[in-house]
Amino acid sequence: MSFVASMYNYWIVIVLMMAGLYILITRHNLVKKMIGLSIFQTSIFYLYISMGKVAGGTAPILIDEAVQYSNPLPHVLILTAIVVGVATTAVGLALIVRIHESYGSIEEDEIRVQEAEDAQ
Amino acid sequence: MSLSEHLPALLVVIPLLAAPLCVLLRHPLYAWIVALASSSLTLLAAYQVLMQVRDGSVIRYTLGGWSAPTGIEYYIDSVNATVALVVALISTVVLVYTRAISQKQLVTDKHYLLYTAWMLCLCGLIGIVITGDAFNVFVFLEISSLSTYLLISLGTQRNALTAAFRYLVMGSIGASFILIGIGYLFAATGTLNMVDLAQRIPEVQESRTILVAFSFLTIGLMIKAAVFPLHAWLANAYHHAPVFVTAFLAGTATKVSLYVMLRFFFSIFGADYSFAQMFLTSVLLPAAMAGYLLMSLVAVYQTDLRRMLAYSSIAQIGYIVAAISMVSVTGLTAAMVHIVNHALIKTALFMSVGCMMYRMGHAHIKSFDHLIRSMPFTVMAFIVSGLSLIGVPLTAGFISKFTLINGALDRGWWLVAASVLVSSLLATVYITRAAEVMVFNRNRVGHPQPSGMNEAPVSMLVPMWLLIGLSVYTGINGTETLAVAEQAAMQLLGGFE
Repeated sequence: MSFVASMYNYWIVIVLMMAGLYILITRHNLVKKMIGLSIFQTSIFYLYISMGKVAGGTAPILIDEAVQYSNPLPHVLILTAIVVGVATTAVGLALIVRIHESYGSIEEDEIRVQEAEDAQ
Repeated sequence: MSLSEHLPALLVVIPLLAAPLCVLLRHPLYAWIVALASSSLTLLAAYQVLMQVRDGSVIRYTLGGWSAPTGIEYYIDSVNATVALVVALISTVVLVYTRAISQKQLVTDKHYLLYTAWMLCLCGLIGIVITGDAFNVFVFLEISSLSTYLLISLGTQRNALTAAFRYLVMGSIGASFILIGIGYLFAATGTLNMVDLAQRIPEVQESRTILVAFSFLTIGLMIKAAVFPLHAWLANAYHHAPVFVTAFLAGTATKVSLYVMLRFFFSIFGADYSFAQMFLTSVLLPAAMAGYLLMSLVAVYQTDLRRMLAYSSIAQIGYIVAAISMVSVTGLTAAMVHIVNHALIKTALFMSVGCMMYRMGHAHIKSFDHLIRSMPFTVMAFIVSGLSLIGVPLTAGFISKFTLINGALDRGWWLVAASVLVSSLLATVYITRAAEVMVFNRNRVGHPQPSGMNEAPVSMLVPMWLLIGLSVYTGINGTETLAVAEQAAMQLLGGFE
């Protein structure tokens, strides 16, 4: 039990990641797929941020009282990854808008039917 | 510092600056000129850089003067200098070609966006190749991927949108896996610099963290490189993207991912860890063999030329992965040579298909009856590069296949050598099947015979034949490419300095 409790941050990461992947695989609605993808990516942000925390460490600001600092590098890295995630979501949603304009639907099975008609 | 010392940074900065410039100009012609000029400059810089590392030396460029491992550095040896040169070359040649065909296939007000996304993609691809920082690989990977989704969605038919969306989902999962892998590497070693990682991993390589990092990176890179069975996104994307975009991507995107694979497996984790301890050969080799046999077979049954070539691309990636899993100098030489040669060959093939589409408006094989009469140069280009794809002597493909089979026989893998030959035979079938339709006049009813010459514009034919000339030249005189590839193979097996 202590193993689960002491690693609770990683359990959150795993649950979020699997939830995201599950949505991505099972949902046929493209917007829901994007939501799944975002949750999946967010879980990685948590993974990075929580690994940067040093027990007893403060925020990495130069002050006299501080004895130990948390590692700021994972936060900086994940700032970049968040930007990338936002860009991915934006491009994905823009594509969904265009798909809706040309297929009149954002349900994958309905799009597949139309694609099969196109191919003939 | 003189300009030549800053060449590694310029490789990335030139296309990055060109991208916003294309947006500001908005004019189709001016944007094209800016894109072409910056791509040519990048090519020039890449050539200079390759010449600098040709003697086996290494360039370690520290950005902003912050020395590694604190700062980010670019690490260039003959492995990535070669790949960077190929990427810049393909981009430049295809850009020349793109002008004429994009006017026909793309509405005018989207041209500047095409060149903007193209420049960002080039910047990302070159960045992935030359960086010496693991997290930087992810950032550049996403720059190139995001712009690739845009490029694919520019396709003429609405299928391009769904193809781009599916690639976005797969690509993001692949990139996220790579991100997780890099995160675990950082957790275990506390560094992101590749050289530093390579030094610190042996101390902790028994830990489960490294094992998890290795697994995530392997899967992520296999998705990005479209290694069978994680290839499904590629066929759709290559089929529905505009043909000039496919020509650009077919030669660059997957090759760059394969390079990252080489870098992680050999330079960072080390051949001993990846292949002796992690049994990577028993993962990669079956996937590679199944890939080239099955995908060559699938290619035989395609009715659309672009789709046929897309499946053939997946098969060719199988050859490269098989060569990687040999873990020998010959094997890695074969991998490097084929990365270069296949980029030249497949780009030329897609360019010839583009020429056909320029006149015919589609790429259905069966309606190309007797096309050689109206488009002799295009059909000849298709046939010559097709022969090179098969691996006929005096073409670049022969050098690759020869080295590949040599490597397999060195290891005593008779089955691999035989299956490569079988797959080449299948390549002969699908190339001949298409070429036969184009060359012979079967006089079928309902297919009006085109009368007289109706060739694609010279601005499309010249770059295409330039690439074919290059691939034939490297086929006849393979010494130089083989020498560079062998040196790259030695550097990969030797690890970082």
